[in-house]
Amino acid sequence: MRFGGLLAVTDLSFTASRNDITALIGPNGAGKTTVFNCITGFYKPTEGRIALQSGDAQVWDELEALTDRGTRTLHRGTGALFLLERMPDYLVTQKARVARTFQNIRLFPGMTVLENLLVAQHNGLMRASGFTIFGVLGFPSYARAESAAVEKARYWLDRIGLMGRADDPAGDLPYGAQRRLEIARAMCTEPVLLCLDEPAAGLNANESAELGDYLRAIRAEHATSILLIEHDMSVVMGISDHIVVLDHGQKIADGSPEDIRSDATVIAAYLGVEESEIPET
Amino acid sequence: MPAKASTRLGLAHALRDAAITGLIAFGLFLPLIGFNTVQNIHNELILETRWPLLATLVAVIAAGRFAYSLLIAAWGDRPISGPRRARKLTGWVSHLTSRITPAVLAFAILYPALALWLTGSQGAVKWIDNFGVQILIYVMLGWGLNIVVGLAGLLDLGYVAFYAVGAYAYALLATTFGLSFWILLPVAGCAAAFWGIMLGFPVLRLRGDYLAIVTLAFGEIIRLVLINWVPVTNGYAGISSIPRPTFFGIPFNATDEGFAARFGLEFSPIYRILFLYYLILSLALITAAMTVRLRRLPLGRAWEALREDEIACRSLGINTTNTKLTAFAMGAMFAGFGGSFFASRQGFISPESFTFMESAVILAIVVLGGMGSLLGVAIAAVLMIGGTEIMRELDFLKMVFGSDFDPTQYRMLLFGFGMVLLMIWRPRGLIGTRHPSILLHSGEPRTLFPRARNPAVAAPLQPEPGA
Repeated sequence: MRFGGLLAVTDLSFTASRNDITALIGPNGAGKTTVFNCITGFYKPTEGRIALQSGDAQVWDELEALTDRGTRTLHRGTGALFLLERMPDYLVTQKARVARTFQNIRLFPGMTVLENLLVAQHNGLMRASGFTIFGVLGFPSYARAESAAVEKARYWLDRIGLMGRADDPAGDLPYGAQRRLEIARAMCTEPVLLCLDEPAAGLNANESAELGDYLRAIRAEHATSILLIEHDMSVVMGISDHIVVLDHGQKIADGSPEDIRSDATVIAAYLGVEESEIPET
Repeated sequence: MPAKASTRLGLAHALRDAAITGLIAFGLFLPLIGFNTVQNIHNELILETRWPLLATLVAVIAAGRFAYSLLIAAWGDRPISGPRRARKLTGWVSHLTSRITPAVLAFAILYPALALWLTGSQGAVKWIDNFGVQILIYVMLGWGLNIVVGLAGLLDLGYVAFYAVGAYAYALLATTFGLSFWILLPVAGCAAAFWGIMLGFPVLRLRGDYLAIVTLAFGEIIRLVLINWVPVTNGYAGISSIPRPTFFGIPFNATDEGFAARFGLEFSPIYRILFLYYLILSLALITAAMTVRLRRLPLGRAWEALREDEIACRSLGINTTNTKLTAFAMGAMFAGFGGSFFASRQGFISPESFTFMESAVILAIVVLGGMGSLLGVAIAAVLMIGGTEIMRELDFLKMVFGSDFDPTQYRMLLFGFGMVLLMIWRPRGLIGTRHPSILLHSGEPRTLFPRARNPAVAAPLQPEPGA
């Protein structure tokens, strides 16, 4: 990814496997958020390929064919293959089912907590309302779809402990609750890959521990893989199956938490001195 | 005694405030009011001084400031628009809104009967046409613009362009092809919606101030086209003898085929006026019903989400392009309906009816009313348009200020004064509270003050009704 003369991310290749929690770490300015923006379609990478496969794994074999064909999606039976770098941002969520959260929380602050969760189910509800036409005419099919959507919102409200505040503006919630709500809102889009940009930022130690449990539970109960950027090493080391380390836009390490903990390049990138000890985290 | 001390402090403070204000007023009004140039009989320009007038003005302003400062001191140190007070007021307003709406609706329906009863058939024409119909046109335009500005958060300064498109679409098609009002009403709406989308495409990437500038330019482009495309629009001269709306084919005239003759009534212009009144009332109510309905549909929620955070919308898989274009199209469509009604009511239209001032008035109605609030917009329209019309009626002021005093000249002054006051007391508009489009806890009684304002009260989980 190049911005004018600045090469923000280069020579980066990694895999976030299904049902894994993959962490993307690195010092400030390493290009982590840029990678996220490329994956979720907010930036168009100047070169490179970002492929997402869901369903039947067989379809992965056709990746090169899809790349050469110049189209962006391929469906074979239950399997689907998406070339994310070719899709606009909203289609990445709508079709490829990649959801994301933001480093600085981006809720709809004036809308209620429940409305936030319903907006996340926009595409399904839009179809159910016959692209507004049936909805305006008051067809019962839309009423059914809406109560199903409210049920789903109710489930997530229960999960994040905000049932009692469902009718309050999202902007009135305390910071930690806003973070949980943003993740729940992303989950309402039923993603196969959930991208979290610093989910533990601004949380206290207690809340960070709860976040770890919350993410593990999400992974276990929904067929959702997680990719997260995080600076809080206690969270990263505690929940990740796989860690990718980025520095100056390049991958410097890739492996299990244990490997990364003892990796000399990583220590050098973080502390600037090769000989120093790993911080006790 | 501390209370007395604070009063004395307040008095000193108020005096100082008044002195400063008086000084500023003196500096400001010295050149404006203190000196006056007049021509004498020899056609010479001479300078006159008006010290008494200047002194009176400065004294009035200083006294006003003194009273104001003292009032604040008497109220204690409570800030005027402190969050607590605002919250209390907000609770009241949202409570009142739900009670008032049916009453307002009933009044709107019964208004012509009331006017007829109070002023008789002759006098009622003025009250129904100049007040009722005129206000309702702006209520409808306000509600239409509310979709674009209030819900979708797209600041549109050229809304009058779509009003013009609707009016000219009706006028041109009716005079050229002789099509009826009822066929052309949807056609005008579609034409305006089409131009709404046309405007929408180039401005998709713009937000806030930049969007406002481009929409402003768009409004001017449409007006200039109407002025300069003489072969079609007849330029400044406008289009005249536009067919009046008929009662489903029966014209309102004095002939044997006319409305009065058909129904065995004595001919009177009042029937046409009544028909126009109820026509624009139904058009406005359709706009309101659509808005209320759309807010509860995913499209309406997406509009509001777009207003709150566009990037978050995109991250949730919402196609923001389509969402914005539908908002522009929907808002423009209602302006088109309003425009075709306007053209058929006036019987004559020219580009002068579609100046930027109109856009500004409609936007002011939406902002003063409280963005997103239908009742607030209606109240603001009544105040602004009704207020202007009322000023034409204040003939007794001529006795006070002399015969060449025209109260309507002071319209903009009062308008600006009202705007400043409102921005101080209710910065979010008359009704600035937002009603959630859906409530989870609808089973519980609505309390006067919204629950869970105090986190300590809100924290314990409420048992779910029916869950």
